[in-house]
Amino acid sequence: MASTPEENDRNSKLRSVSVDLNNDASLMIDIPDALCERDKVKFTVHTKTTLDAFQKPEFSVPRQHEDFIWLHDTLDETEEYAGLIIPPSPPKPDFESPREKMHKLGEGEATMTKEEYTKMKQELEAEYLAVFKKTVQVHEVFLQRLSSHPVLSKDRNFQIFLEYDQDLSVRRKNAKEMFGGFFKNMVKTADEVIISGIKEVDDFFDQEKTFLLDYYNKIRDATTKAEKMTRAHKNVADDYIHFSATLDSLSADESTALKMYLLKLAELFEKLRKVEGRVASDEDLKLTELLRYYMRDIQAAKDLLYRRARALADYESSNKALDKARLKSKEVQQAEEHQQLCCQKFEKLSESGKRELISFKGRRVVAFRKNLIEMAELEIKHAKSSVSLLQSCIDMLKTN
Amino acid sequence: MATEREPPPLGDAEQTDFKELEDGEDLFISTASTLESSPTSPEPASHPAEDICANSNGPQPAEISLDDDLEDLFAEATEEVSLDSPEREPILSDEPSPAITPVTPTALVTPRVEPKTIFVPAMFERSKEELEEEANGDSFDMEIVVSDPEKVGDGMNAYMAYKVTTKTSLTIFNENEFSVKRRFSDFLGLHSKLATKYMHIGYIVPPAPEKSIVGMTKVKVGKEDSSSTEFVEKRRAALERYLERTVKHPTLLHDPDVMQFLESSELPRAVSTQALSGAGILRMVNKAAEAVNKMTIKMNESDAWFEEKQQQFENLDQQLRKLHTSVESLVCHRKELSVNTAAFAKSAAMLGNSEDHTALSRALSQLAEVEEKIDQLHQEQAYADFYLFAELLSDYVRLLTAVKGVFDQRMKTWQKWQDAQAMLQKKREAESKLQFANKPDKLQQAKDEIREWEGKVQQGERDFEQISKTIRKEVGRFEKERVRDFKAVIIKYLESLVQTQQQLIKYWEAFLPEAKAIA
Repeated sequence: MASTPEENDRNSKLRSVSVDLNNDASLMIDIPDALCERDKVKFTVHTKTTLDAFQKPEFSVPRQHEDFIWLHDTLDETEEYAGLIIPPSPPKPDFESPREKMHKLGEGEATMTKEEYTKMKQELEAEYLAVFKKTVQVHEVFLQRLSSHPVLSKDRNFQIFLEYDQDLSVRRKNAKEMFGGFFKNMVKTADEVIISGIKEVDDFFDQEKTFLLDYYNKIRDATTKAEKMTRAHKNVADDYIHFSATLDSLSADESTALKMYLLKLAELFEKLRKVEGRVASDEDLKLTELLRYYMRDIQAAKDLLYRRARALADYESSNKALDKARLKSKEVQQAEEHQQLCCQKFEKLSESGKRELISFKGRRVVAFRKNLIEMAELEIKHAKSSVSLLQSCIDMLKTN
Repeated sequence: MATEREPPPLGDAEQTDFKELEDGEDLFISTASTLESSPTSPEPASHPAEDICANSNGPQPAEISLDDDLEDLFAEATEEVSLDSPEREPILSDEPSPAITPVTPTALVTPRVEPKTIFVPAMFERSKEELEEEANGDSFDMEIVVSDPEKVGDGMNAYMAYKVTTKTSLTIFNENEFSVKRRFSDFLGLHSKLATKYMHIGYIVPPAPEKSIVGMTKVKVGKEDSSSTEFVEKRRAALERYLERTVKHPTLLHDPDVMQFLESSELPRAVSTQALSGAGILRMVNKAAEAVNKMTIKMNESDAWFEEKQQQFENLDQQLRKLHTSVESLVCHRKELSVNTAAFAKSAAMLGNSEDHTALSRALSQLAEVEEKIDQLHQEQAYADFYLFAELLSDYVRLLTAVKGVFDQRMKTWQKWQDAQAMLQKKREAESKLQFANKPDKLQQAKDEIREWEGKVQQGERDFEQISKTIRKEVGRFEKERVRDFKAVIIKYLESLVQTQQQLIKYWEAFLPEAKAIA
């Protein structure tokens, strides 16, 4: 289903972790549609392009989460892109939380009234939908980062991903490649040890390394804490549902002057819980998701540093090899060529790496600014509407 | 001996209390001595199950002579107290008035007659306006504050002493403002005395706060953490509410035990309060009541009002418990939110420190500060949730237990009346049999016994009517108070929520320019 203008608006509000990426008409990508089949989510990737590289100007393909991972890993392993920050792969769709809650709700159905149960169910369905929308957004942003990157947008595998109208699974990791991937991760861990040990020649990279390593840990911690905070907020909003429902039953049985009080209170809390729920979900989108996204982005930046450090290590060892060869006067030309290659590779990596890291910082600052402003504005808006709801209820009760 | 008629703990307590009181107020001397010296006469009509309840309400055999007392009491009542408002004055003033003195229904349960001391039932035949006036608090000028919890002693023998300050213009008290030091067991002792005196005649006696072994042990052991401070504060507030409710009750306010509790600097220690917890007393009362219900006697409920009210209170009890659970969950989650927000604030501060872009770094630090203030807000709101709402609900759940108890007392009273009638019937049959046997002394004895039981039947009927009347009044008062309490708490609670939200607006509005300043 194509998104309505309101949905687009909402989507663009969701798509807040990165500044608007989809404004280059030569290649526009979005995910207008997604289906949830049991545990698997099927995304419809829709492309509109004026580029010749593609066969058609507009087309759509179905893709699974694993296809996105394949694309990311392929790009990550491409030697040519070693000097680029590869946009982090989207996390796996996680419906665990709403599913667990739905299960608990089913178990506790007998203890609540019909209205209460219905409201809780609606609330959970909304939560489910929110998780769904988030996962669509995060997959979409991944593709849009690629499409707006001058180099990555031209990648052949990326084009295949967008265009290939058959099932991509044949191209995905087979067993051998998976083992290779595992090995690669082991090497990367070893790399981290090397990185901390290597002597940095460039001030810029030295500072970046210190900054990114520390910042990563801090932002990871902040993401976890933010998530706990927004989840607790959601719990409070849910409690208002039970509170409101019980007040309603109390009011029904009441025959004194309290009847009206309790009824009004029940209505008030039903309205308040919607506001609180929105506060929780806005905090989640503007804060938790922001932190989470940039945590993964910083990991990608760290990966770039690792690759550069490896290149530096290779360069240094090639220098040593050249010296040795010169000493022995054996295979000097080979050693020279090898050293040249390493040098070029290292310099290219450093140059592009520096560019990438600077633009990354700019991106990060802009995104934080946008989200923090939006979050503050939303908090104010919700608090004001809570005040008005509460105050009008108080006034009504006092005059009676 | 008292012990034969009362369960051991209660018996001990009362014995000790009354012994020590002998030096105190006159009114108690009679009680003490009569309790110890009352004859143990056979009480054929008493059922074994009833003993538990009966004993907790006073010595049973005493009721034999009590009948006579009550007759006199009521006679005096009708004579001397009119229904007009001016009569209220003498009751409240300190002037010695031969017929009317501060009431203590204690006399109702003692065999010895104190003609001066009984007017409780009649006193409440006041005009409707007066009742309303008092309900609105216009003529009720009394403020009680429980404050300054102080730990006395060390180790497991330590206890908390609370200062109880009374401010009043009522003339039944010697001064306008006075304070005393009391400990928790003193409150329990007060409640047990009041319950003993008043519940069996239909008065809804406010229950005392619950005991808590865990909470108190922490305090005794000297754990100076937030949970034990919270516990002490919770208890202090509960004790204050307990006293406020007790003195709001017109009968209880004038009870000498209450006045002594508030006024006298030394209070005899209520021992054996293990069994005297408010809930414990109510449990005893209700256990007996349950026993009554289990007996296969269907009370001929001529008055549908009682049945309706009982059902209504049953429903209310269930609903209040449910509401209480939901509020407790809310309090718990809000506290969690507060803790998580504080953790996030720290984390955001660290992130801000780590951030190398100056303006963003500053904004993140500001965010951390805002979140820290907000976590305080959440915590305060959680306290409001709790102290305003949750405690009100749990107070009312316990009050409803007392209400149910009182309805059950009425059943018991009815039962006694029925039993007396049955016994009278038996005696009459026995007498008619003896008519034809030539045993003049036995015949005379039978005739005497018939007279005796006729009296008991009359008394039973009177008791039943009296308790029914009292309960109606009490329920009316209870409902009025309930409406007033809930309305007040609801408004206060909403106002606390408004304050929280308004603070949130302030904090975020202060933060917004910082976020915008990120360049």
